[in-house]
Amino acid sequence: MTDLSTNAKVPGAETEAQFGDYFALLKPRVMTLVVFTAFVGLLAAPASVHPFVGFCAILFIAVGGGASGALNMWWDADIDAVMRRTARRPIPSGRVEGGEALAIGLVLSAFAVVFLGLATNWLAAGLLAFTIFFYVVIYTMWLKRTTPQNIVIGGAAGAFPPMIGWAAATGSVSVEAVLMFCLTFMWTPPHFWALALFMRGDYDAAKVPMLTVTHGRRSTRVHILVYTVLLAALAVGTAFTAVGGPVYLATALVLNALFLKGAWDIFRRDEAASEADNYKAEKAFFKLSLLYLFAHFGAILVEAGLARFGFGGWA
Amino acid sequence: MSIARLHDLHKRRMGRNLGVGLVLAAFIVIIFGLTIVKIGRGDFSTNPGAPGRAIEETSNEN
Repeated sequence: MTDLSTNAKVPGAETEAQFGDYFALLKPRVMTLVVFTAFVGLLAAPASVHPFVGFCAILFIAVGGGASGALNMWWDADIDAVMRRTARRPIPSGRVEGGEALAIGLVLSAFAVVFLGLATNWLAAGLLAFTIFFYVVIYTMWLKRTTPQNIVIGGAAGAFPPMIGWAAATGSVSVEAVLMFCLTFMWTPPHFWALALFMRGDYDAAKVPMLTVTHGRRSTRVHILVYTVLLAALAVGTAFTAVGGPVYLATALVLNALFLKGAWDIFRRDEAASEADNYKAEKAFFKLSLLYLFAHFGAILVEAGLARFGFGGWA
Repeated sequence: MSIARLHDLHKRRMGRNLGVGLVLAAFIVIIFGLTIVKIGRGDFSTNPGAPGRAIEETSNEN
């Protein structure tokens, strides 16, 4: 008689990937930022888009962003494994093979670009293709491991979605779309440098040349302050363009005052003070930075919504 | 000896297959929806008198 038991331990069963593991390859948290900013870019644009086409455009932009995340995880699996923050990602934890992530990333990239082009226009599709290329090749494969300016230049990849949303609606790129790009672009360095300050050790262990590693923590604090001052000028100045208005101006004034205060606090502290309270100011600045970006784009969205009823902007 | 039809492995695969199935179903809905919208707007029409074309031409003139 055959001893047939399907309750026996199956090698690898515990680590076999589930659907959620493949979804995690797309970096869902980053995707929320991509979806939201692309949505704002699409709605703030001075053109009407069919709601279903608009929905599809956002979906394809999100899929494209997710695909670049999968390709990033494929390439960075070695350093993800040694960093606490990323060690539990699907590839370093052994749940998904690197080759699977590569295949998913490539297929979804092609899918997202082609379908965005078919649904809206080829300028938007071209921008999405460039964003994926920039994030995967320029940032992940080249800059991330070679220069402390990795975050500054690489931040461009995360800044493109509102411009793509705008291009999807209008078929062109205008000053307002570039300003929305600049807002995210200038916001990225202080956001990540604050993270690098309190996640100390992670980047050192992975030998990623973050500013904290190459130029020291004092220099990083100075850089955070300088970039925050430049960002504040840009963010408040945007209030006086076609995408701004009183609601945006009020939001920008409050949040930039808080953000500048946070950057000043970080600048004034030394390592001993930060270690004493477990990087309280740095963590608070990082949390505020998340609210900062969502609130600015939220205010642009409100202005666009009000404009449809004849109230938005300065007119 | 116990013979169980469902091993934990099967449950995991069931979840994965269900997920892929839902993604494919969503893909069909999206393509169908986009086709309906685009045909409705006359994007594929070669007839200059089609409603979508007329709107496009009017907006181009402005």
